[in-house]
Amino acid sequence: MSQPESAVADAKARGRKDGTSSQGPNAPGKESLAELAARYGLRRAIARPSLPSYARQLWQRRHFVLTYATSKNVTKYSNTALGQLWQVLTPLLNAAIYWLMFGLILGASRGIDNYPAFLITGMFVFTYTQRSVSGGAKSISGNLSMIRALHFPRAALPLAYTVQELQQLLISMAVLIGLVLLTQEPVTTLWLLIPVALLLQTMFNIGFSLIMARVGAFARDLNQLLPFIMRTWLYASGVFFSIQDKVVASAGLPQWVADIMYLNPAAAYIEFMRDLLIAGHSPREWVWMACVFWAVFTLLVGFWYFWRAEERYGRG
Amino acid sequence: MAELTKELSHVKAEEPGDPKQEVKTSPKPKPAQPPAPAGTPTVVVDDLHIVYRVYGAASDAEKGNAANALLRMLRRQGRPQMREVHAIKGVSFVAHHGDAIGIIGRNGSGKSTLLRAIAGLLPPHQGAVYTDGQPSLLGVNAALMRELTGERNIVLGCYAMGMTPAQVKAKYDDIVDFSGIGEFVQFPMSTYSSGMGARLRFAIASAKTHDVLLIDEALATGDREFKRKSQERIKAMRAQAGTVFLVAHNLDVIEETCNRVIWLHKGKIKMDGDPQTVLAAYNRA
Repeated sequence: MSQPESAVADAKARGRKDGTSSQGPNAPGKESLAELAARYGLRRAIARPSLPSYARQLWQRRHFVLTYATSKNVTKYSNTALGQLWQVLTPLLNAAIYWLMFGLILGASRGIDNYPAFLITGMFVFTYTQRSVSGGAKSISGNLSMIRALHFPRAALPLAYTVQELQQLLISMAVLIGLVLLTQEPVTTLWLLIPVALLLQTMFNIGFSLIMARVGAFARDLNQLLPFIMRTWLYASGVFFSIQDKVVASAGLPQWVADIMYLNPAAAYIEFMRDLLIAGHSPREWVWMACVFWAVFTLLVGFWYFWRAEERYGRG
Repeated sequence: MAELTKELSHVKAEEPGDPKQEVKTSPKPKPAQPPAPAGTPTVVVDDLHIVYRVYGAASDAEKGNAANALLRMLRRQGRPQMREVHAIKGVSFVAHHGDAIGIIGRNGSGKSTLLRAIAGLLPPHQGAVYTDGQPSLLGVNAALMRELTGERNIVLGCYAMGMTPAQVKAKYDDIVDFSGIGEFVQFPMSTYSSGMGARLRFAIASAKTHDVLLIDEALATGDREFKRKSQERIKAMRAQAGTVFLVAHNLDVIEETCNRVIWLHKGKIKMDGDPQTVLAAYNRA
């Protein structure tokens, strides 16, 4: 803490000194600015922290992530008459349309007991992943002004979008469980595994939205392509039909096509939840393995991949 | 474009360790070396270049319709909508503990860009910025949401600046008092007058203490009473912070607050020195 007066004197002294030093060429042995900075222990303003300390910084910002996510959800429907009710109505209306289209008109429900519960489970689980990923993809490119004004680990933004969707999903899950009970599915102890299913899916969503956040930050065309990718994914994940029935039995494709479709993360998480809620048996072994693998693998890769470009967000 | 390539080749020809040659237009060389008795360096900017990528900046000749886009793809041309703007072209200086540095220059001369680069928010294209501690930009506007109440925005803004829940609790009343918005704190910010919004934003932004403080045009807000209050707070923050950078178009503020002025012109330092000299030259230009 130095006095302003002395600072002024310093500046004047510096000014005089410069006036003299500028007369001749550089004195030999004059240190460069980088060496000067090193001598006083100054660090580069932009330097990517190590992976562990990055994770620690992110953890310190957990309040921001949570508050930001909640605020986003609060403001989302703030100018509508029904307000927060839309959080429940939107997925229900979607499910109703798909039920009409696929269940009644196209007859996808044949061979599936309790088609409404089957469909709505698939819709809600898939919507969670879809919205997290879409939100993550624009989390950097859509918040450039914040990135250019404030310091925080950039991963907080895609993370906040996933947390925001998780908060929405918890409301949807309450609706879903109500519906499943309405369709006379028995309550079993398996329901205790629901948080595990959500945890695994959340890990996957965080990882995938981190990957998409970095891709979306530098490739702006992604946001135009994303709806098509998401729709393809929706159809490939057996949200409103049974993959086994349609792909192998009806279309006559070989079994491995169905197996690959089942192993895609969205289908695996949907199957996990359906096993718990509707089928009433513990998730099959391959479902467990696929869900755990995608959760751990995607989270680790996504975090690492996002971190690698940490210092470059905000430029493009 | 031609200017830009010329600029770059010009830069490459220079020796990186010699800051004096970089600013040829400077009538008075900037302080490259601190004399021993001066405060210790807190910010070292070494031959900094910042290049922005701007999207959608097509000229008349390349109108952005679909047919043209297809044609470009067939001709294998790059995307003309993406332009690079060379905002800072080789700036070097050393700031010391206790300095309050005013940055002046016309619109688009790179003042805000330079501040963001010092804050470590814009990656340098070339060169480097070395700092002691974490420089922070006084500005939290981007994190706030118009539809939220003032209360929620205070909490959100404080968290965005990296405060802990305990710190937020301790500062909350102070922020409300300082902003002087009274019971409006329970209303959404979209209902505020522009002055009230500016006051709340300044109150939130200035609630945190900083090592190196960067202020970008924050003073010209609110009524006279609030201007006086905010100037006092800036002075207090300057006493706490090691170094203050201030961007303002209001030259009186610079003259009152700063002990050194850097004049930026088209991304280069045109002049660097004590306020009287630089401001006089700036006014003549």
